[in-house]
Order: sequence, then C-alpha cells, then structure tokens
Amino acid sequence: MRRFVAPLLLGIAGLANAAAPGSSESLKAGVLTPVMAAPALKLAGSDGKPLDLQRFRGKVVLLAFGFSNCGEVCPITLATLAGARKKLGADAASVQVVYVTVDPERDDAAQMRKFLGNFDPTFIGGVGTRAEIDAAQKSFGISSTKKVNADGSYTIGHSSSIYMIDRAGGLRAVMPYGHPADDFVHDLKILLRP
Amino acid sequence: MKRKKPWLIASPFVAAVLAILAWAGFAPVSVPSREELFEIPKGTYARRMAGDKVEILPSRIRLTLGLNDVLFLRNLDDVPQVFGPTIMMPGQSFRLPFEKAAEYQFACTAHASGQMTVVVEPEPVMPWAKIHWRVREWWENR
Repeated sequence: MRRFVAPLLLGIAGLANAAAPGSSESLKAGVLTPVMAAPALKLAGSDGKPLDLQRFRGKVVLLAFGFSNCGEVCPITLATLAGARKKLGADAASVQVVYVTVDPERDDAAQMRKFLGNFDPTFIGGVGTRAEIDAAQKSFGISSTKKVNADGSYTIGHSSSIYMIDRAGGLRAVMPYGHPADDFVHDLKILLRP
Repeated sequence: MKRKKPWLIASPFVAAVLAILAWAGFAPVSVPSREELFEIPKGTYARRMAGDKVEILPSRIRLTLGLNDVLFLRNLDDVPQVFGPTIMMPGQSFRLPFEKAAEYQFACTAHASGQMTVVVEPEPVMPWAKIHWRVREWWENR
C-alpha cells in the first residue's frame, strides 16, 4: 500500500504546483529567478507624462526596445503584442506595452506616438536624451549598433527581446523575439492571476 | 574433424548487432533532465578584464526537443551578465525553454567572442534518428 501512496502524493503535489497562481515553471518565456525588481526607467513617455515603471504597478508591463524607422523586427514585435492584447479581451486593460527607442536622434514623443499608434493606441513609447537612453539600455542589457548605409541613412541593429514585468514591478521573464501572440497570451494569463 | 560453417560462427554476432540496433532504434531515448545547466563562475568578469580569453561556457550548445530542451543559466559572478535575451543579476538564474528546432544566435558577455550559439534539434522519433542520437551522445561523452 505504501508504495502506491508516495507516488500518488507526489503526483498530487506536482499537479498543485503546475496550477499554482503565477507559477513560473509553465511560462513559454525565459524565467528569471529569484525575481528581482525591474531596473528603473527615467524617461519621457510618448503620452506626455514621465515614463517610470512605478506608474504601471498593478499592471503587467511588456517592455521592449526599438525604433520607429525599423523595417524588420519592430513592426513584427509590435503587431504581435497588439495581437496578444486583442486576444486577451477585457484582461488587456491590465497589460501595458512600453516601447523604448534606441534612436533618440530621430524618435521624439510625437514620432513614437504616431508610430506606436499604428499598432495599438495604448502603447506608450519611451524617449529621452542619448545619455538617458544609453542608461536605460545598459540597465536592461540591451545592445544596439548603428549601421550607416551608402546613401548616408542608417539603421540600427538592436536586442529584440520583450521583458515581462509583473504587477508588483518584478522582472519575471523575458520572451525572445519570434514567439507568436498566443505564447504571450499564455504567459500573460499566468502573470495576471491574482 | 568437422569444420563449422562460417555462417554458424557469425550468426551470434549478427544477432547481437541486430539486437543492439533494434534497441537503439526503438527503445525510448531519455536524458537525466530536460534542463541543460551552465554556470557563469564567480570572477568571470574580472578574468575578462585581466585579458584572459579562456572560454568558460561552450560557444555552441546543442539541445534536443523533447529531451533536453531547456537552457538553464546561473550567474555566479559578482557582476550582471548579459545572455542573449536578458541580463542576469549576480546570483540570478535564467531558465529558457525552446519549442522550435532552429539555430539561435545570442549575445553573451561570458564569452570572449561575445556570441553564443544554441542549436535546437528536432526530437529523435524515427529509429534512424534515435540510433544517430545515441551514437553521437556516446561519442561526445566517451
């Protein structure tokens, strides 16, 4: 009898763990442990307000870096995040997308507002001086490289992951570029659990 | 004295080889853990700054879907380390599951080259794929 009880208890414990609210084990994204507070952002928001992550306490924040002239990665990322919010329905009100520019020379608040509005009007852009943007990139480990074209125009290669910050401001997980909207919906539903 | 026929002598060996191939091709493949653990040791940043170019982590990591398809990195260094999609604070771990077979290029500050490649291969389902997987595992871990 004893040999049946132990596996049964382990199975029940496993099921309980899998269903635990906010369980990080089941996320599609890469999970950071222990959870630490997300680095502070001190930028200006494209909505005209200071951009500080404290503003979004109580919401799950999806934070990514990019630029409005990006022709490849950023439109795909933003369309994916917009799609995920649509699929979330009413829960989307508890999700805030923040997109910080890596191109402060060209991206001001108005430019970011226009760019992000093409995908979802609730998205907020982060802008600032070169020094402020560099500090934000450094604190999140974001790299960016300017590539100048023959005609003098330029593009920027940059880290393309999406940081997932929980309701309490903890940096919980990082979704690498390329995941579909459904993976975000899956993880957001876990992170939004009370 | 009567000589044994060659096929009689060879048949046990052939049977043994066929049995091994059958086992290798049809028995389920397994690994101790789905997580492939790598640690960035304490002092890595200091060694880099001192000009030491020794590689602490492999520059190429191979994972297999359904077997060991979770990359588990632990930063034991005193400074934050950037691994691909994220920054890891000292003492922090990063558990990254993979669901698609592909080759992933990541930036990694623990490497002298600053780059790391993660190759995620499909799950060995067919007999030949299982045999290939077992032979390579044996060869690499011998």
